[in-house]
Amino acid sequence: MTTASDRPEAAPAQPDALGHFGRYGGRFAPEALVAALDEVAEAWEKARADAAFQQELADLLRDYTGRPSPLTEARNFAEHAGGARILLKREDLNHTGSHKINNVLGQALLTKRMGKTRVIAETGAGQHGVATATACALLGLECVIYMGEEDTRRQALNVARMRMLGAEVVPVTIGSRTLKDAINEAFRDWVANVDRTHYLFGTVAGPHPFPALVRDLHFVVGAEAREQVLQRTGRLPDAVAACVGGGSNAMAIFAAFIPDADVALYGFEAGGDGAETGRTAASITAGSPGVFHGARTYVLQDEHGQTLPSHSISAGLDYPAVGPEHAHLADTGRARYEPVTDAEAMEAFRLLCRTEGIIPAIESAHALAGARRLGERLGPDAVILVNLSGRGDKDVDTAAAYFGLVDEEGQA
Amino acid sequence: MTTALQTRLAETRAAGRAALIGYLPAGFPDPDSSVRIIRAMVEGGCDVVEVGLPYSDPMMDGPTIQRAADTALAAGTTPADVLRVVRATADTGAAALVMSYWNPIERYGADRFAADLAAAGGSGVITPDLLPEEAGEWTAATDAHGLDRIFLVAPSSTDERLRLTTAASGGFVYAASLMGVTGTREQVAGTAEKLVLRTREAIGGTGLPVCVGLGISTGAQAAEVAGYADGVIVGAGFCKRVLDAPDLDAACAAVRSFAEELAEGIRSAEKADPR
Repeated sequence: MTTASDRPEAAPAQPDALGHFGRYGGRFAPEALVAALDEVAEAWEKARADAAFQQELADLLRDYTGRPSPLTEARNFAEHAGGARILLKREDLNHTGSHKINNVLGQALLTKRMGKTRVIAETGAGQHGVATATACALLGLECVIYMGEEDTRRQALNVARMRMLGAEVVPVTIGSRTLKDAINEAFRDWVANVDRTHYLFGTVAGPHPFPALVRDLHFVVGAEAREQVLQRTGRLPDAVAACVGGGSNAMAIFAAFIPDADVALYGFEAGGDGAETGRTAASITAGSPGVFHGARTYVLQDEHGQTLPSHSISAGLDYPAVGPEHAHLADTGRARYEPVTDAEAMEAFRLLCRTEGIIPAIESAHALAGARRLGERLGPDAVILVNLSGRGDKDVDTAAAYFGLVDEEGQA
Repeated sequence: MTTALQTRLAETRAAGRAALIGYLPAGFPDPDSSVRIIRAMVEGGCDVVEVGLPYSDPMMDGPTIQRAADTALAAGTTPADVLRVVRATADTGAAALVMSYWNPIERYGADRFAADLAAAGGSGVITPDLLPEEAGEWTAATDAHGLDRIFLVAPSSTDERLRLTTAASGGFVYAASLMGVTGTREQVAGTAEKLVLRTREAIGGTGLPVCVGLGISTGAQAAEVAGYADGVIVGAGFCKRVLDAPDLDAACAAVRSFAEELAEGIRSAEKADPR
């Protein structure tokens, strides 16, 4: 039996000096940003070795975020998942409602350490934006959030939350007016204001050092979960399941298990209408290697290398690429990636609500749908760990409309 | 092997003036019209034309060039169209370059793109999101086909990076005058001249030209930059005139007279550092 104490203190494998995970990652960025990217990388190198910084972050994660997040066994839901044991890592119970806060608190502390006073960030569903606005309120940093105009409409409640927390929300009205355009606009802001501004990137994508930095700040999720599963079941899980858009919550829960070769890692991409339909956000399944938002990775692109519009019912997964470490894990076979359609995700969403009394984020519902599939495959003896990365409060309007719980005016 | 770009920059240097380098996305507002507009740019005095390869996610461009690129993509512009526009540009007698974000070139195939561009009469490529560290395949491709690789330097570049980047560049080095994206500005950034001097220091004795872009959009600004740089790069100013024009004839006339204004500014410049 493997126990936590058998194993040296695990730390995630780092990319090479230029930020490559195998052939993926790296830095495809304007020269003007190289100095700032180097500054972030160096600041993080020093901070991670600094006991005082680590203590300050650990205190915030415990006292402000509410870590460790619990592990909940979903016994009723399991009956709809081949009878396998389903263990939910409850990142939905974190302050601000998702895993995003782990990365945000770390980078906000890093911002102060670098002597910068202004933070910018992108957001799709609004979860990263809300978490960033929260950390900036706590730490006294100026905060500007870029959000596609289309998303500001889809997620109006989160726009209001960010403004309540003191952030300026800038609707992005160019391109497809969604997450990818918000990221473009945030990079444009950063290059012009880099002296006093940190770009608090929200996922494990972008130019080096962001993929490794964001993953490291989320490492706590998988490390806690590994410990909790061992204590609860006396063994490691057979499989770990997470949803994948950019891929931060998936790297969060995968990273601590990568050295455990017997633990299968599954990323469930947003299939949209179906990965073969063209209306999808499944970048690994339906995309091809290319360069996008500063890194080499899998991208949804046309024959000429133009980015294709993505589609998912989940705004947080509606992104036409994926973090480069996922691309590497996919190519090496260490993790497997499968698409989950909007319909499968919404069925899993409904099931978790009805059987466990937990309303998941629609993003996380993709992982739940994937866990059902794994449970059917692996059978009742299997132990499946699922990252329940966020809660569904923000998705009530979308879900109510999807299930026809309200009339067209949104009335009950 | 000497490219048309190198020849042209040697000629302008011998004439004691900076080169005028104009930018327009291929296919803006459609492929045939972009050829006519580029001809007007050359008639007005552009020595070199950067033919933009329009891309869906132009991270380094401000709203004017974004609009121009979106228009070109909506018109269905492909890399094959870009190469046709390059051919037509080279036929005017100006040196023709491509300005492209990296992904479309990688998708086309770096070596194939270099081969096809050289065959179309292009001299080189400006790659705003490709750093020398990631340019191994591109270096081989451009060397094999005799093209100039033009990388960017910025006010934030360290001396070490200036040496790395200028050593990797050919034709000229693109000095981004300021920390920001493309677009017109009221004044030439105070950071521009210092960057040119630092870049020349890094280049040492090879005489590689240093050309300045970002935010230059009047004859007076062109004159100011021509006082210390080997070339003056103007993009958004041309795009804006096309966007504002009621029809193609008016666009060509506006672009021609704008190029004349810039060229006149450059000729009026007093060289601070004749080289």
